[in-house]
Amino acid sequence: MEPIMAVVIGVIYASAIYMMLRRSIVKLVIGLILISNAANLLIFTVAGMTRDAPPLIPMNGDPLGDVVADPLPQALVLTAIVIAFGVLSFAVVLIRRAYQIVRVDDLDQMKDTDT
Amino acid sequence: MSPEVALPILIPLTAGALSMAFWRSRMMQRLIGVAGTAALLATSLWLFASVQEQGHVIMNAGGWAAPFGITLVADHLSAIMVLLTGIIGFAVAVYSLPTIGRGHETFGYYPLLHLLLAGVAGAFLTGDIFNLYVWFEVMLLASFALLILGGERAQMEGAIKYVTLNLLSSVIFLSAIGLLYGLVGTLNMADIARRVALVEDNTLIDIVAVMFMISFGIKAAAFPLFFWLPAAYHTPPVAVSALFAGLLTKVGVYALFRVFTLIFNQSVDFTHEILLWGAALTMLTGVLGAAAQFEFRRILSFHIVSQIGYMLMGLALFTPLALVGGVFYILHHIIVKTNLFLISGIVYRLKGTHDLKKLGGVYKAWPLLGVLFLIPALSLAGVPPLSGFFAKFVLIRASIEAGEITITVIALLVGLLTLYSMTKIWAEVFWKKAPDEDSAAKRVAPVSQRHLWLMILPIVGLAACTVFIGLNGQLLYDVAEASAAQLLDPQGYIDAVLGEQP
Repeated sequence: MEPIMAVVIGVIYASAIYMMLRRSIVKLVIGLILISNAANLLIFTVAGMTRDAPPLIPMNGDPLGDVVADPLPQALVLTAIVIAFGVLSFAVVLIRRAYQIVRVDDLDQMKDTDT
Repeated sequence: MSPEVALPILIPLTAGALSMAFWRSRMMQRLIGVAGTAALLATSLWLFASVQEQGHVIMNAGGWAAPFGITLVADHLSAIMVLLTGIIGFAVAVYSLPTIGRGHETFGYYPLLHLLLAGVAGAFLTGDIFNLYVWFEVMLLASFALLILGGERAQMEGAIKYVTLNLLSSVIFLSAIGLLYGLVGTLNMADIARRVALVEDNTLIDIVAVMFMISFGIKAAAFPLFFWLPAAYHTPPVAVSALFAGLLTKVGVYALFRVFTLIFNQSVDFTHEILLWGAALTMLTGVLGAAAQFEFRRILSFHIVSQIGYMLMGLALFTPLALVGGVFYILHHIIVKTNLFLISGIVYRLKGTHDLKKLGGVYKAWPLLGVLFLIPALSLAGVPPLSGFFAKFVLIRASIEAGEITITVIALLVGLLTLYSMTKIWAEVFWKKAPDEDSAAKRVAPVSQRHLWLMILPIVGLAACTVFIGLNGQLLYDVAEASAAQLLDPQGYIDAVLGEQP
């Protein structure tokens, strides 16, 4: 499973970077969405994918088995998803407002503040 | 229990929530703005005092023991940074009263200000690497919103670059955390530091180290990742610019200091060599960029980049003296830089423009303002006896002792060019005759005396801090030395957080 996930994550990172390098701000945001998902998958995969029991102590108080899934990466991914959701919704609103004010969808035209 | 570690985070969060509750009352929001930041300043002093006494002040959130729960750790460096956050937060809150317009206030300027301060203080105090990421995001989200309040064209364009690069940096940071967790299986920074030494494959650690370097490098605006900063920092209201200039990039610098002394200290030849060249180029590009500018805040923005180079140089040389210099430099820089931005705000309020070519004659009309500008400006350039002189002196002495002649020469040259930029501002804004009044683009509304005093008050306070640091160099040197000693002794940090290991 890990090799497949590694390739998938690599492809998502690559396509995200491709999208971010394009000139349109809409594609820029799509790139940001993709790259944050790639990072989440990366955490999930790197921490080790175990196909076994959930890390829950049963009601009768038996000790945990030898191999259980690590709950921490799932907590991290959950946190990261929530944060990414908030930040990306801000980014979407930002490009909408920016488009309304600047009236272009081309990063090359947004050079007023560069020089 | 040591509540003083959690209070610098809780107070701004509470103040922010309170000002949300008084959404309709601008008066209450202003009151909470000043009272909340004053309380933050008071607790940061308390934290500073108790860190001086105990060395490390630690609190396990929720009572979970160290490697499992989230730990809040204050050592000397954190305490210094939190104290500076308190000072800058209070100064900016007072300065905001007369300068932030009604439109900004009704759209939640004060709640965002508090949220930003909470994020910054949280990043300085946390001892958990994932928690550091969360505080970074809290801080970033607040800064995004502050940056675009007002919605002018330049703000939008600056914000797109700022948001994109900072999000990219966060994603790299998150990926690096994931990889590091895969390698060592823990998130507590002290625990990571202990276990990184046990990982056999050093190459993997180095790769993760470079990912952290890139991510924090973007946030700290180090070469070659700095260009979002001069594109964005001159667009929002001056109070916001000043807050960003003082605190945001310094959070990145703090994270670099923390991570590259505590965790990634096993292949110094590789990582710190990259940092050293990054520092040299950051200094040079920043100061050269500033030399080409003719707009007050853009010059100052490029100087932030250049000054970041000095701080990184202290970290990159990685000798005790160099770290003292680096910490001293942060200490001096945050106060001076914020102050210069605040002064640019007063000049703008009086003259209605930031363009150096259209400004002039400020010294003749307001001599006090000229003197107040000279204190931080000369300090930034490193003229004795002001604070910048000691910071630069320590750093340059450390680089000579380390035998790095190239960086010594670059640092001295950059100091000279900084002086050039500051004299350019002095000559154009304060000294030369004002251009014809007719050509002034717009008539500026007169400023009431009360407003002017509210604007000058924080500047006087910050200038007094600069002079104080300059005249009591030894006192501050001792503080910086204590924090450098702690940074060079990761075992002390590990023992303090995890308890003595057998």
